[in-house]
Amino acid sequence: MSWINLTALWKIVVFGLLAGAGLPAIFALGLLALSKGSRTQAAGADSDVVVGGNPAGIAAAAVCFVIVLAAIAWGIYEVYKIGHPAAK
Amino acid sequence: MNDFLLVLVVVTALGFDFTNGFHDTGNAMATSIATKALSPRVAVALSGVLNLVGAFLSLAVAATIASGLVDTSLVTLTVVAAGLAGGITWNLLTWLFGIPSSSSHALIGGVIGSTIAAAGGHAIQWHDLVAKVIIPAGLSPIIAALVAATGTWLLYRISRSLSDKARTHGFRIGQIGSASMVSLAHGTNDAQKTMGVITLALIVNKTVPSTSNAPFWVILSCALAISIGTYLGGWRVIRTLGKGLVEIESPQGMAAESASAAVILLSSSFGYSLSTTHVATGSIIGTGLGKKGAEVRWNVAGRMATAWVFTLPSAGLVGAGAEALAHLIGGTAGVIVDLVILVAVAATVYLRSRATKVDRNNVNDEWTGSVAPAEPEPEPAEAA
Repeated sequence: MSWINLTALWKIVVFGLLAGAGLPAIFALGLLALSKGSRTQAAGADSDVVVGGNPAGIAAAAVCFVIVLAAIAWGIYEVYKIGHPAAK
Repeated sequence: MNDFLLVLVVVTALGFDFTNGFHDTGNAMATSIATKALSPRVAVALSGVLNLVGAFLSLAVAATIASGLVDTSLVTLTVVAAGLAGGITWNLLTWLFGIPSSSSHALIGGVIGSTIAAAGGHAIQWHDLVAKVIIPAGLSPIIAALVAATGTWLLYRISRSLSDKARTHGFRIGQIGSASMVSLAHGTNDAQKTMGVITLALIVNKTVPSTSNAPFWVILSCALAISIGTYLGGWRVIRTLGKGLVEIESPQGMAAESASAAVILLSSSFGYSLSTTHVATGSIIGTGLGKKGAEVRWNVAGRMATAWVFTLPSAGLVGAGAEALAHLIGGTAGVIVDLVILVAVAATVYLRSRATKVDRNNVNDEWTGSVAPAEPEPEPAEAA
């Protein structure tokens, strides 16, 4: 019997990076896209306005946020499936 | 069969579950409270509800906690009760000092200690204890720190063209989602551990067959106990995690929470019932390492790590002592004496905690080197 399950270890590291760092990074890309446009520029650097008003930016942001939400929903479904073997 | 003793054990287990809840609120919500993404009151309510949902979401880890680590044929109801007493005592003491130690290790340590006292060292599956508990305990905070540091670096890099206020605003909204995921993950992990212990007690008492899963009333009562405990909020631990380790901005909060949620959910699907506390602490340190100029208070981190090393043996010693005492007195009376002492300890800790109160009103006060905020004249802020 081994002391460390290396297969599980590298999977946790890789999928952990993808979900734990990748998903918030996609959320950040969404924020970046959302901030494109004249409204944030007009508001200046001392404002907390996030929505810039550029239609393409808003559309790109929506795609990013949908990807994040879909990934979370899929993750919760997987957890449920593993946790309730009969539901497989 | 001894149904009266069984009721005592179930009540004690639910008591442990309750301390597990309030000890661990901080794992999910400390960073959101510190960055003001959520008000303290809303944060603990949201976390409580999601812990309740999480407890029903996955039943994978239930019944493995005790059966995988000790020889169940040598376990009695008294052993379970003594082990729980060890776990609860350690949880309460670390909470008093605001140290985020692992509730899981407190429980495992307590049960192992009482089992050794009752049946000797051969009743412990030592290899599994090292491979499934001790090694993951060392690795999980490092992995969480790596993920959180990567995430923090990415978030600041991607959002560098946003103004400071806009960035704070945006990531505060993201934090509500990531903190919710940690609460959910906590319910799937920690509520299960108490369900496992109660199911073990039912099996030992032959109330249910040995192949039985957790009955519905066990799932429901554990879900409620951990959720109420979470809602009451372990403000002392929240303060240490949110203010003591690193001064946290909202992108760091989101990175830390995402890392914790991902690592906890992944590990449990691979069969590791690890400590959510170790993961959350690793993530918060990682988010301090991932941001240029952020300061990690290594003395606070060191104090926590020391407490982690002592958790298993200390809870084990209390569990062993409780078992020895119960054995000396004998029978149901022994367990009752144990539990009376436990209630006395809990009352003492509670009264001591009133002297240096930490609640939702002062949880975010400037960190001055101790859990209890300075009163009423705040000391000068610690030099950065």
